[in-house]
Amino acid sequence: MEAKTLFDKIWDAHVVKQVEGGPNVLYIDRHFIHEVTSPVAFLGLKTRGLKVFRPDQTTATPDHNVPTINQNMSIKDELSRNQVEMLKKNCEENGIVHHGLGTEGHGVVHIIGPEMGLTQPGMTIVCGDSHTSTHGAFGAIAFGIGTSEVEMVLASQCIMQPKPKKMRITVNGELSKGVTAKDIALYIISKISTSGGTGHFIEYAGSAITGLSMEGRMTLCNLSIESGARGGMIAPDETTINYVKGREFAPKGEAWDKAVAYWETLKSDEGAKFDTEYIYEAADIEPMITYGTNPGMGLGVSQAIPTGEDMTGTDKATFLKSLKYMDFNPGDAMKGKKVDYVFLGSCTNGRIEDFRAFADFVKGKQKANDVIVWLVPGSKAVEKQIIAEGLDKVFEAAGMALRQPGCSACLAMNDDKIPEGKYAVSTSNRNFEGRQGPGARTLLASPLTAAAAAVTGVITDPREFL
Amino acid sequence: MAYDKFSKIVSPAVPLPIENVDTDQIIPARFLKAVERKGFGDNLFRDWRYDKSNQPIADFALNNPTYSGKILVGGKNFGSGSSREHAAWAVYDYGFRVVVSSFFADIFKGNALNNGLLPVVVSPEFLEKIFDGIEADPNAEFEVDLPSQTFTIKATGESESFEINSYKKHCLQNGLDDIDYLVSLKDEIAAFEK
Repeated sequence: MEAKTLFDKIWDAHVVKQVEGGPNVLYIDRHFIHEVTSPVAFLGLKTRGLKVFRPDQTTATPDHNVPTINQNMSIKDELSRNQVEMLKKNCEENGIVHHGLGTEGHGVVHIIGPEMGLTQPGMTIVCGDSHTSTHGAFGAIAFGIGTSEVEMVLASQCIMQPKPKKMRITVNGELSKGVTAKDIALYIISKISTSGGTGHFIEYAGSAITGLSMEGRMTLCNLSIESGARGGMIAPDETTINYVKGREFAPKGEAWDKAVAYWETLKSDEGAKFDTEYIYEAADIEPMITYGTNPGMGLGVSQAIPTGEDMTGTDKATFLKSLKYMDFNPGDAMKGKKVDYVFLGSCTNGRIEDFRAFADFVKGKQKANDVIVWLVPGSKAVEKQIIAEGLDKVFEAAGMALRQPGCSACLAMNDDKIPEGKYAVSTSNRNFEGRQGPGARTLLASPLTAAAAAVTGVITDPREFL
Repeated sequence: MAYDKFSKIVSPAVPLPIENVDTDQIIPARFLKAVERKGFGDNLFRDWRYDKSNQPIADFALNNPTYSGKILVGGKNFGSGSSREHAAWAVYDYGFRVVVSSFFADIFKGNALNNGLLPVVVSPEFLEKIFDGIEADPNAEFEVDLPSQTFTIKATGESESFEINSYKKHCLQNGLDDIDYLVSLKDEIAAFEK
């Protein structure tokens, strides 16, 4: 029998049909929707007179637009409110489960799926959001789609996709103290660039990867898209199975045993072929921070921005444009640069483990006076857990307040905008120009590095405190 | 979503010689709040096109009257980042029918193809020639021929062929999208579920 990759096994099991000279018709097990990329898809269905084909395989929640304070009140921004209300209405009309603002199941779509056990190994999972790659942490094929494709899934539970190439990224060894899944991801992207993964689906392997918790794996897979890859995945193991077990939508009883037996087959066979392979050593990775305007422009927090002397042509122009936007100079050291805002949250780092790490760090310390800190849980469940563990009290004692769940300052569609020219150390996923608000300057980092900046007011190597 | 049938386009081109143009630049998140698909062209490249007081930034290519046409030419890794289809809608709604680059991000490319916007991948060397051609003469015309899958610099006659799978080519030439096709497969899909 031909040796297959983990990706092949799941993909091949979901191909309904191969179109002559074209893409595969790929069956989708789980579909998540939110308020921004779904309304035009529902409108399309209505125009064509179509019904949702499998409403029980779609789950909805509003996250991109929602305020993170006073969620019990009506949303002030009229356009945001309209989108949030439209999602609810579309779900009601089509029999789709909707976790509305303020309800127990509400949260960032990529956080609630795994929490509820909707995300399981071996599945195909899509959502009109590029960070759908998060769900790959469970050994699922999960990727972001456009609105036309959201409409396809609603209409037929399938999309048309060419089969991507396969890449394996192995990280061997053990992570040093103060180095997290976020740092692995930023390290990889700094090596292969924001287009290095394009056309590929990544499988992450190696002891530094299998040593990660499910939360860490989700952070890593979440950032796969930032390397240009459609998604990233990790073979399910005991960590995965223990996480899924007992969750609301996890299989139960006999179905559970059967599922686990199948999940245990989900790994790349010995000798399976990958189109591209990279191997890294965990010991080479230090806490990372970005200095430019794409996630590939990252380096160890103790290092200096490249001088750019060896660059030419559009590469150099792009590098200089980026530094101009950030108001940094080639060769600047990152440590000690002033920070105005710290954002903990998003589908990248809005899970309980991220809040525990941040709380552990700031415990007994005080927020720097001139730094504004936004702590935004990824979901109601995360918020509840933070309070149950008393982490909110730790934050309060440090001079920081917890907000309510949503995408928040990650893309600043709500009021959580970083003002023009200000610097934000952010645990989110993109440092593009204006991503966190017009003129905002983003420095991507882990929750630990963010916590260090929150208490010192400058870019700081968190290891100095550990 | 209905779009114009695509066959052949002869037009000058608008240059955007920047790498990694992400979809947050193509259309910033704050303009994604519509629930219908219209008017996105007004906010195409909003923050590169207009300053804080909503005044056009003169040296940005879309504001420069020297440049015009239905072809947008971008640096490598065009369309990276967010999956927002609004980016493809904005480019199309503004009036472009072709985007040329040496490299596209996967999701943007798929979204473009689903909306009648043709992404043309050329070699890095040929991309430089296109930029040079526009710089030499902003009115220089380029020909995009979908049936023969070729992109031609009219001034020099140099051309390069580009790839597109035959299914998508058929869709673009006939203004079709995937939904009608998928809906026609419902029985096969239902059988697959069992």
